[in-house]
Amino acid sequence: MTQPLPPVIVGAGPAGVRAAQTLVAHGLRPVLVDEAPRPGGQIYRQPPIGFSRPRSSLYGFEAARAASVHHAAERIIEQIDYRPDTLVWNAADGRLDLLHDGRTESLPYVQLIVATGATDRVLPFPGWTLPGVYALGGAQVALKFQGCSIGERVVFAGTGPLLYLVAYQYAKAGATVVAVLDTAPAAAKLAALPALARNLPVLAKGIYYSAWLRLHGVPVHEGITLECAGGTGRVESVRWRQGGDVHEAACDAVGFGYALRPETQLADLLGCRFGYDELQRAAVPQRDAAGRTSVAGVYVAGDGAGIMGADAAEWAGERAALALVADAGGAVDAARGRRLEARLARTAAFRRGLERAFPFPADWAAQASDDLVVCRCEEVTAGQLRHCVQDSGAAEMNRLKALTRVGMGRCQGRMCGAAAAEILAHACGRPAGEVGRLRGQMPIKPLPFAAVATARGEA
Amino acid sequence: MTGARLPNSDAMPLLKRLAERDRPPVHFMVDGLPRTALAGDTVLTALLTGGEQLRRSEFSGEPRAGFCLMGACQDCWVATESGERLRACSTFIQDGMRLLSGEAAT
Repeated sequence: MTQPLPPVIVGAGPAGVRAAQTLVAHGLRPVLVDEAPRPGGQIYRQPPIGFSRPRSSLYGFEAARAASVHHAAERIIEQIDYRPDTLVWNAADGRLDLLHDGRTESLPYVQLIVATGATDRVLPFPGWTLPGVYALGGAQVALKFQGCSIGERVVFAGTGPLLYLVAYQYAKAGATVVAVLDTAPAAAKLAALPALARNLPVLAKGIYYSAWLRLHGVPVHEGITLECAGGTGRVESVRWRQGGDVHEAACDAVGFGYALRPETQLADLLGCRFGYDELQRAAVPQRDAAGRTSVAGVYVAGDGAGIMGADAAEWAGERAALALVADAGGAVDAARGRRLEARLARTAAFRRGLERAFPFPADWAAQASDDLVVCRCEEVTAGQLRHCVQDSGAAEMNRLKALTRVGMGRCQGRMCGAAAAEILAHACGRPAGEVGRLRGQMPIKPLPFAAVATARGEA
Repeated sequence: MTGARLPNSDAMPLLKRLAERDRPPVHFMVDGLPRTALAGDTVLTALLTGGEQLRRSEFSGEPRAGFCLMGACQDCWVATESGERLRACSTFIQDGMRLLSGEAAT
C-alpha cells in the first residue's frame, strides 16, 4: 500500500512557514523546500550561525514578528521534512526538480504551495552596473545577513517604503547616508494618506523612518528623476534632477529599487494561468481568495502571488494551507479562513494606498536613453530593444527576447524583465499590460554542469 | 573618503563591516595570494571587504561586484582555480578556497 504523498511548500519565508505550521496542525507532514540555509525568507532572513546581533537590532520594529516566524519554524522542524539550501529549478508533471549540494533530485507532489516571495523591482539607470551599485533589498541583506554596509557613503534611490526603511537601518547602523532620492513627489504621499490610514501602525512606522532621517540631517529629496551614477571601475557619484535643476553627490555606494516584484517563475512552469495586475504592474498567477491557482492542487501565497507585504504573507500562507487541507477532504475551521480572507482584503486596500504614495515612475521608459544597459547579464541596451521593435515589429516580450537576448541571461529576466516590458510597451505604443510576459524557462537558476549530467544519467 | 585609489591594485574595499566583527578567521586565496575573511562570510563579503570586484563582464570587460545579494540576479558569480563558478552571495567562504578575480586574464 502506498503512502499518500506529503504536501510540498516552496519557500520558507513568512508565507511558507505559516503554511507549514498550519499543515502540521492538521496532522500533515509537509516537505518545506527553501533555497536559504535558515527559515525566515528575505524579510526575516536570519544571519548565519555564530552571528550575535539580537533580533531587535536586525529587524527593528519587526523583531517580534520575525521572532514569531522563526520560532514557529523551529517548533515544527521535527514534524516536517525541511530541505534548506535547496533550489527548485524545474517543475512539471507532478514533480519538482531540486538541487541540493550540487546534486539533483526529483520530488513528486500532488499538492503544492508556492511561496516564492519577491525581489526588488529594478528600473535601470546609467551606471547601474558599476561595482557599488546594489539593489535596495540587497543593501538590506548585506547589513542584516552579513553585518556589512555596501559602502561608507551611501545614496539610496528609487521609491517605495523599503527606501526609507533601508536608509534608516543604514544610518542607525553607523553608515553615512548621503541622500535619499525618492522619485515619488511629496504630494503623492499626502494624497495617499486617507488610504494609508487604514493601517495606522504601518503608516506610523513609515512616517517615523522618514522623520528620523530628516531629524538626523539626512537629505531627503522627493519628486526626483535619477540621471546617472558615475565612476571609474566603481561608483563615485550620483546625479539626479529635481524640478529644473541638476544635482550631484559624491558617494561610494548606491542602493536602489522601485518597490518589489513577485517571483513567479515556478508558478509559470507549473502551468498556472496568469493575468496582468494593474496594481502590481506585472502579470501574476490568478488565484481565488484562498490562494487556489488555475491548476488543481497548486496554491500560491505571499509576495510571490503579488506584493502584499510580510504580514499578509503570513495570513495568505495559513489561508492556502487551510484550502489545501479542505480540498483534500480534511476538516478545517471555515470561520478562520474567512477571517484571514477579510484581513487580506483590507491589506489590498492599504496596498493600493501605497501605490498612490509611491507611484511607479510611468515616464521611466520615455526617459531611458538609447545607450542605457537594460539587461545586465547580456548587456542589451534600451536602444537595441527599440531598434528591434522598429525593425521587426516585435510587440511581445518573448519575441523581443528571441531577437535581442533580453531576459535570456543568467537572471532569466528577474532583473531586467519589468524594465524591458516598459521599454517595449513604450516603443510600440501599447499599455504595459499588453506586451505579454517572459515565459518561465527551466532551469530557473543556473545549474552546475555536473549536476545536469547526473540528472540526465538518472532520467 | 580616504586617499587615492590605484586602478586594479590596492583596491579600496567595497563593503564595510559595521557589526559582527568578532568571528574566527577563514584563510583563502585570490589569484594565488592569501586573503583572510571571517567565518560566516559569504564569498561575496569575503572578496568585497578586501577588494572592489568579483569578476569582469564577459561582454564589456567591465568590473562587476554583484547586485541583488539574494540569489536572483546571478551577477555575482566568481570563478575558482578548478574551473567552477560559485554564486558568491549565497556560498559561504571556506578555508583553503582558491578563487580568481578575473584580473589575471585581462
